[in-house]
Amino acid sequence: MPEKTMRDAINEALHQAMEQDESVFVIGEDVAGCSGSAGDVGAVGGVFGVTEGIYHRWPDRCIDTPISESAIVGAAAGAALVGMRPVAEIMFADFIGVCMDQIVNQMAKFRYMFGGKSRCPAVIRFSSGGGFSAAGQHSQAMYQVMTSFPGLKVVVPSNAYDAKGLMLTAIQDDDPVLFFEPKILYQETADVPDEMYTIPFGEANFVREGDDVTVVAFGQMVPKAAAVIDALAEEGISCDLIDPRTTSPLDENAILESVEATGRLVIVDEAPPRCGLTADIAGLAADRAFSSLKAPIKQVCAPHSPTPFSPELEAAYLPDADKITAAIKATLA
Amino acid sequence: MSIPKETLLHAYRTMKTIREFEERVNAEIMNGQIPGFTHLYTGQEANAVGVCAHLDESDTIISTHRGHGHCIAKGAEVSGMMKELFGSSEGLCKGKGGSMHVADIDKGILGANGIVAGGPPISVGSALAAKIRKNGKVAVSFSGDGSVNQGTCFEAMNMAVVLQAPAIFVIENNYYSEHTSINYAVGCDDLKARTEAFGFPVFVADGADFFAVYEAAGKAIAHARAGNGPAGVFAEQGRYHGHFVGDPQAYRAEGELEDLRENHCPLKIFRAKMAESGELSDAELDAIDAEVMAEIEQSVTDAKAAARPTADQVTEDVYIQYTATA
Repeated sequence: MPEKTMRDAINEALHQAMEQDESVFVIGEDVAGCSGSAGDVGAVGGVFGVTEGIYHRWPDRCIDTPISESAIVGAAAGAALVGMRPVAEIMFADFIGVCMDQIVNQMAKFRYMFGGKSRCPAVIRFSSGGGFSAAGQHSQAMYQVMTSFPGLKVVVPSNAYDAKGLMLTAIQDDDPVLFFEPKILYQETADVPDEMYTIPFGEANFVREGDDVTVVAFGQMVPKAAAVIDALAEEGISCDLIDPRTTSPLDENAILESVEATGRLVIVDEAPPRCGLTADIAGLAADRAFSSLKAPIKQVCAPHSPTPFSPELEAAYLPDADKITAAIKATLA
Repeated sequence: MSIPKETLLHAYRTMKTIREFEERVNAEIMNGQIPGFTHLYTGQEANAVGVCAHLDESDTIISTHRGHGHCIAKGAEVSGMMKELFGSSEGLCKGKGGSMHVADIDKGILGANGIVAGGPPISVGSALAAKIRKNGKVAVSFSGDGSVNQGTCFEAMNMAVVLQAPAIFVIENNYYSEHTSINYAVGCDDLKARTEAFGFPVFVADGADFFAVYEAAGKAIAHARAGNGPAGVFAEQGRYHGHFVGDPQAYRAEGELEDLRENHCPLKIFRAKMAESGELSDAELDAIDAEVMAEIEQSVTDAKAAARPTADQVTEDVYIQYTATA
């Protein structure tokens, strides 16, 4: 099976969806690039290259926009309401701050407010998360915030294979989908089939299987947790590693069944702790698997602080192997 | 401009329907029958009807919090709207939306909208879809003089020009954004010029006069349908009621409301023009009045008798499908 980066896997999914369905189009800042300039229109393909090549094949369906995030999301939402399948790019997840209304008050609520008589099959893509020394306004995860809004589906791939299958599912889905691409993983590779395939929403992936501790991790924390678990295996500690892949819907059963078997739960996310996914899943386990628990639940996440700039500070900020290892061992103490 | 008799009859009937719908809703709120926050369109009927007279069901509109008039003008069923306002599960939106979220996608009504200037970006999306599909459709967004000060409205206007999308921006100046005068809240002296500075033509009309709005909107919509990008309509006309039902309207000048009702009534102006031209008789218009009054009365009777939603419906219609799919 060919090895591809996450960037190329998502790019391939977009090409294949556009090839298959004329109602699919991409829209956003520099998704083609160089529009209106003396240079080569289409030469950019998104600042991370995820929409590369699309303009050259479908110039009418690869739409550069002004820097107007509200209008980008609104345009996607409006086009979806009349039957198109837009894939909009918001360059950084942090920019949800300037288009929040169009996401949470408009596209998320149309179907409900309109009595179930509308559909809004829009996908909004975001580069997400830390690790680039991109500081406070270009590093946030944000999916944990958006998970709290009914009406939205929220996807966080952790590898290239899942990214392609989840993107194809997102485009075919008739509800609005927010697709968070951990940008630190864009160049990470996996075996990715050339053909089209889908991965269902709400179905977790068991990345590792074990008996002693359940570890749930999201996005870029999944490969970090996997490396920790592989190292601990040499010490005789075996862990389930669950990657939910979608935070809304969330595969609650996979998590609960694992916790009932292991009796120990560690949740790892790169976002700050308050009202986040680690607390959400800790609450789920406390509520519905309390009697199975043999040790306190451990949450590994960033501190209650904005993302810092300096590499030393960001390294201290993001969950790392030492923190994940300590949390797993604490549940076994 | 010659307007077919059928169009004239429909325009009058629709304006009268909006008027009587709104006046009855006001009364039903005052006697405690309709819950929530409601904003009435009374007095501005000619705007909605003059614009929507140029649209068919596959053109879209998106409205505002003051949306009943736009929805009726675009063909929303009055009985379903009244049931919706009463909170019935038989309402147009099953009682999930209410006054501020009346919508009927099949009729090209992308919804009233509770967020001021929430609509224009969405309308640009509908216009963009029409451009990509090359189907000659247009997308109309209604905005008030409050909406035009929101960033989303600026973004939408600029993006419509950049994308050359067939978007029509209808700006209804009713002189007040909530309780604040346009003289204060719009920082420039010439809102039409400020709008045109985005790069599209804006056609001005007396918002009390159906014929003026019809003519201005006709030009704007023809401009967009022909593939020339967005266009605007700028119509001035005060609302007869407050920002919301119950607003004490401390901002009104003495005699202002009386002047609006007496000298700027779209229905009176329409009738006067018909009397002058002889195109429609008083008897024809009186007959419409009687039919409309009966229809509104029936809609209230039906709404009061309609089914109430049940607790199990709270979580319906959030998603099309939410569980894991293979």
